[in-house]
Amino acid sequence: MSGPLPARRPLRRLRPRLALSILGPDGVKSVHEAALEVLGRAGVRFPSARALGILADSGCAVDWERQVARIPPDLAMAAISRAPRRFTLGARDPEDNLDLDGEHCYLSTDGCGIQVYDLQTGSPRRSTGEDVYHSALVADYLDSIAFYWGPTVSAQDVPPAVRPLRELEAAFLGTSKHVQPETIISAQVAEWCVEMALAEVGSAAELRRRPIFSVMQCALDPLGQDGGSLEASLVAAAHGVPTGFMPMPMSCATAPATLAGNLVVATVDALAPLILIQLAHPGAPVFFAAAPTVMDLVTGGYTGGSPEDYLLGGAFNEVCRYYGLPLSMGAMATGAKLPDWQAALDNTLSAIMPVLTGTAMLTGAGLLNGSKIFSYQQLIMDCEIYSVAARVSEGIQVDAETLAVDLICRIGPGGNYLSDPHTLRHLRDIWRPRVIDRSPYDAWERSGRRGAFEAATDLARSILEQHRPRPVEAAVRREWDRILAAAARR
Amino acid sequence: MERDKLFEEMYRVVYEGEIEQAAQVAGRGLAAGLDPLDCLNLGFMPALERVGEEFGKGEKFLPELVAAGEAMQRALAVVQPHLAAARRDRLTLGRVLLGTVEGDIHEIGKRIVGSLLIAAGFEVVDLGVDVSAATFLDRARELRPSIVGLSALLTTTMVRQKEVIDLFRQAGVRAQIIVGGAPVTASWAEEIGADGYAEDGGSAVALARKLAGGTGS
Ligand code: B12
Repeated sequence: MSGPLPARRPLRRLRPRLALSILGPDGVKSVHEAALEVLGRAGVRFPSARALGILADSGCAVDWERQVARIPPDLAMAAISRAPRRFTLGARDPEDNLDLDGEHCYLSTDGCGIQVYDLQTGSPRRSTGEDVYHSALVADYLDSIAFYWGPTVSAQDVPPAVRPLRELEAAFLGTSKHVQPETIISAQVAEWCVEMALAEVGSAAELRRRPIFSVMQCALDPLGQDGGSLEASLVAAAHGVPTGFMPMPMSCATAPATLAGNLVVATVDALAPLILIQLAHPGAPVFFAAAPTVMDLVTGGYTGGSPEDYLLGGAFNEVCRYYGLPLSMGAMATGAKLPDWQAALDNTLSAIMPVLTGTAMLTGAGLLNGSKIFSYQQLIMDCEIYSVAARVSEGIQVDAETLAVDLICRIGPGGNYLSDPHTLRHLRDIWRPRVIDRSPYDAWERSGRRGAFEAATDLARSILEQHRPRPVEAAVRREWDRILAAAARR
Repeated sequence: MERDKLFEEMYRVVYEGEIEQAAQVAGRGLAAGLDPLDCLNLGFMPALERVGEEFGKGEKFLPELVAAGEAMQRALAVVQPHLAAARRDRLTLGRVLLGTVEGDIHEIGKRIVGSLLIAAGFEVVDLGVDVSAATFLDRARELRPSIVGLSALLTTTMVRQKEVIDLFRQAGVRAQIIVGGAPVTASWAEEIGADGYAEDGGSAVALARKLAGGTGS
């Protein structure tokens, strides 16, 4: 049972005005200097002959046996300065293009979940290609979701060799928003994805102007990268497709126990691949990414929510702003198994810290159990959390109109403002919930105790039943079929 | 007494996780003429057991357990060659070969499983990450482990666990093969014919204990 679905709204472009500082300028400078020292002294492991060759030719000291390149500070700074300060994440529908301009913040879905809480049964089950399409469809509708990361869940019914391509296809079919896979980890898969994007946008020049997908990689902390991922990103960069590298330093395991040391590892592991790409393709769009965290001291697990994570999430943003490059911050990665109190706590604080410290992208909404189980309800409720964070980040405007001194004097002691024109003028500035429950107690009882979860369930169902994304042309789909068939033969 | 002092020192290096000191302390004990088995039973082992107990009670934490396990391994490496072959075998609960499967570089979970197994009294040989089925087989032939543990964190690499199991069965190499990692489930383990599955380090130890008891070699 679901009501008629309101029309899809243009995506909300959040421009935070509040700014929080955790490290301060001196702290940021110390982290930067420490990172440069580590790049030059210990170096970083690049397990790719191609990457090491580029670094050696540019003047890095390369230890070929250990696959480690030491990057001198001057070289590092020169390479960083070539990276563009702002660029566009394109979309199938140009209305959905995202300008990474250092001022806006965009939320995405989370990525690569393994299970789905089935909307009908409520139980978790293994994810499939159909779930990729459905999650993209819901992401397409929600105005808080600016781009689709992931895929949100893996298409486990598709053979691994062509899985990333099927997932990209399903994502493109489900949404006209930008798509940022984290599954392009070989040069070959990157080539195929570029071909698929070319089929849609029409030309190499248009793909540079409007890259409808970008590539997210993981770094291999501490001080390491993955060879396949590096080579995939070099392919993407050659076509002007933006690429980013996400360190996930885990204090006590893959980073020092101390938070400042964690930030140094994060900075080194985000800078090193960016430097490589700039040396190979000067001016190619590269963004920073990170999901710094601390290890759970008992299980060794990824916490995805703890006071240290929130601090790290904000502080690393400050470091990135020092370089003036866009950052994608991992947030909303709660370890909660259900959309409950813990999920709300983790996801609220992990989202608001990066928003208040100027992150460009926030990844991402919708997964539970440490980014393993997708929940439609959690996705929608995470959007609500984001919209709260968005409102908070706008701060309070102070001017004659908002101070309203004449009005206050006119209404005087004991009056009220309910129907005043000033109220009518400004009431729409006030945040309104989409799924949060504010009903009176008895009404809530009568409704069968419906809360945010139930409202989100209804909305998800309505979207799946009624929302249809901007279609992909038949000719493009035929071309994708051809590419996928060729890939399957390999 | 000198002798007691040495045992105390052995206890301390493992309890405090002083990895760098462990081999040297073991060497000093042997040089002083202590019985190698006594070094283990009266010096190093009780400390490891104590750390394990305190970990269970939430008084010690994972990094402390890992450090104690590593100190123990350093000490063992020095003491073991001095033991008679028969005694050497009974020293541990069994040998476990551990690795992350090909194409997969996630290593934290596997390392934690390894450390907990060491702390529980197993000998662990860690093959690292991105390990091919052929390498698992070669090393198993060479080291004759009683248990082989396969870690996989990606839905695209968990199929490699099946590959390894099939290869072992084909080659007729006998070992209990256990699997784990984020996307792995009990039903997957059953589907691919694994001998066991555990969802975290604690249950991995319980599983290994059960299997080691079963083989009884
Ligand atoms: C840390 C991490 C990384 C780190 C790994 C660092 C390292 N040195 O190990 C880095 C950043 C390198 C990384 C890379 C990637 N990752 Co990753 N990663 C994680 C993360 C957040 C935590 C894993 C972890 O260390 N957990 C802590 C340990 C203690 O837990 P555990 O590994 O589960 O191990 C426990 C149990 O599973 C069990 N166990 C484990 N092994 C074994 C073995 C046996 C025999 C037994 C009995 C038990 C057992 O006991 C352990 C201890 O309790 C998970 C998310 C998650 N919640 O699991 C994603 C996750 C596994 N990664 C994922 C992905 C997609 C990737 C990348 C492909 C991303 C990219 N584009 O680069 C790459 C893969 C590269 C590759 N070829 O392998 C996905 C996989 C999803 C999928 N659908 O397959 C996950 C689920 C996150 C997500 N949703 O995106 N990752």
